[in-house]
Amino acid sequence: MRAGATVVDCEWQRYSAGERMARFMVYLVIVAAVVLSIRTVEVIPEFIIDAPEQLADLLKRMWPPDAASYPAEIHDALLDSIHIATVGTVLGVAMALPFGFLAARNVTPWPWLNWVARLVLISARSINTLVFALFFVAVFGPGALAGTLAIAFHSIGFVGRLFSEALEATSPGPIEALRAAGAPAASVISFGYWPQVVPAFWSLVLFRWDINVRESIVLGLVGAGGVGMALDNALNLFQWTRVAMILLSILAVVIAAEVAVTAIRKRII
Amino acid sequence: MTQTSAVALSIRQLVKAYVRGKLVLNGITLDIAPDGITAIIGPSGTGKSTLIRCINRLVEPTSGEIIFEGRNLVTLGRGELRAARRQIGMVFQEYNLVERLSVMENVLSGRLGYVPPFKAWLRRFPQTDINEAYALLDTVGLAAQAHARADALSGGQRQRVGIARALMQSPKLLLADEPTSSLDPKTSVEIMTLMRDLSRQRGIPAIVNIHNVALAQRFATRIVGLSGGAVVFDGVPGALTDAHLKQIYGGESWLDGDSG
Repeated sequence: MRAGATVVDCEWQRYSAGERMARFMVYLVIVAAVVLSIRTVEVIPEFIIDAPEQLADLLKRMWPPDAASYPAEIHDALLDSIHIATVGTVLGVAMALPFGFLAARNVTPWPWLNWVARLVLISARSINTLVFALFFVAVFGPGALAGTLAIAFHSIGFVGRLFSEALEATSPGPIEALRAAGAPAASVISFGYWPQVVPAFWSLVLFRWDINVRESIVLGLVGAGGVGMALDNALNLFQWTRVAMILLSILAVVIAAEVAVTAIRKRII
Repeated sequence: MTQTSAVALSIRQLVKAYVRGKLVLNGITLDIAPDGITAIIGPSGTGKSTLIRCINRLVEPTSGEIIFEGRNLVTLGRGELRAARRQIGMVFQEYNLVERLSVMENVLSGRLGYVPPFKAWLRRFPQTDINEAYALLDTVGLAAQAHARADALSGGQRQRVGIARALMQSPKLLLADEPTSSLDPKTSVEIMTLMRDLSRQRGIPAIVNIHNVALAQRFATRIVGLSGGAVVFDGVPGALTDAHLKQIYGGESWLDGDSG
């Protein structure tokens, strides 16, 4: 060490006084929010104490799952759900792409158009699939069509938003080069933007399909077709063994979709 | 070799200010002859890149005129500008290829200004374009890589594709913005040799931004020195002295070191 050198202690602190104050306020707000929320939920202690017993009773009544009901009543409904999810995803993606292009600031250089497109995407995302389903059931009557449209319309928000983000993350160099060559806007999109977002596009389509498979199952509860309707019937009739079989089938489908999507994503990325 | 009166590009009183009142280009006036390589040298941030990008309006000039093929590029409308850009090839520092497309598609993208978007989308380029693309790839020594993806190439190879793409436009003018700055010294010389040879063979004048003075002196037929947004030297490479370099770049200690 340097002998004889006087070391002056320098003061260093990670946060300034203002930053410490701001952090304290954030914690305070979080705690206040949690406390307020708990008071709103109105927990009834009797029901909580009772819960394990009720659960055990329900599980006992569910066992053994009614495997015999699968071919006759579950299989077709389950396939319906998957079809609703698939067609809904395709429709949703088709509707989402134009809004994705319009919302991306680098592709569409008019801020007011960006905002209009973003408003559409936010609206689609903020309205839950179930709400869309209730609406379309009212318009088209109960069945797979209402479910498919509900899936499609809600998907627009998710797909469009992520697609526009992928577009905004593209490298501007190649775009500039194509513009410098005198390429028209349509060719700049097809040669410059599209190749850059293809992996992101397929990845988010698969991801959305995976989500839609799960959503399409619930849709039956409001009469929008698929296995949810079978589940609703079984619940209403207290056929607990059949309910168990339906839940197991759903679990199997969800796992299968997850595995398939993961495998395909690995290939394309 | 009568090039006394003929001018390929005429820049008149070109001014560019990104921020109001802060001039990056301070009234540049240059005439570019219909052949040869004009190297633009100057310190970083002095507006070399801005100057070259104002020519094809990747950057919008604030005022001034740029006369090319009898028209003032500065006042062209969108459609006319696209038509003019087709005749101006451009080579970039970072190559600016579309990484996920093949070498062949990147070269053919030089024709996008001529081919209707729908046909381009289906990759239905005219046979003459395809023949020309193969011929150009052969010229730049990448015939074997035509089907490789652009991101599989080395830097030097990518710049060759960039040059082929620019020439695919059958341009009447070639712009190059620091074409060798991302390359090693040997590859830089190879790329400059290629640009010079192709520019000569095809009779296309080239304007090249370059910060390597030795490369500029070796390959250019004319050197323009920019400093503070104005032309401070304009002449043949032989006329460029240390005194000029001092004026362009400022200081002088950097001149002695390894100049040999």
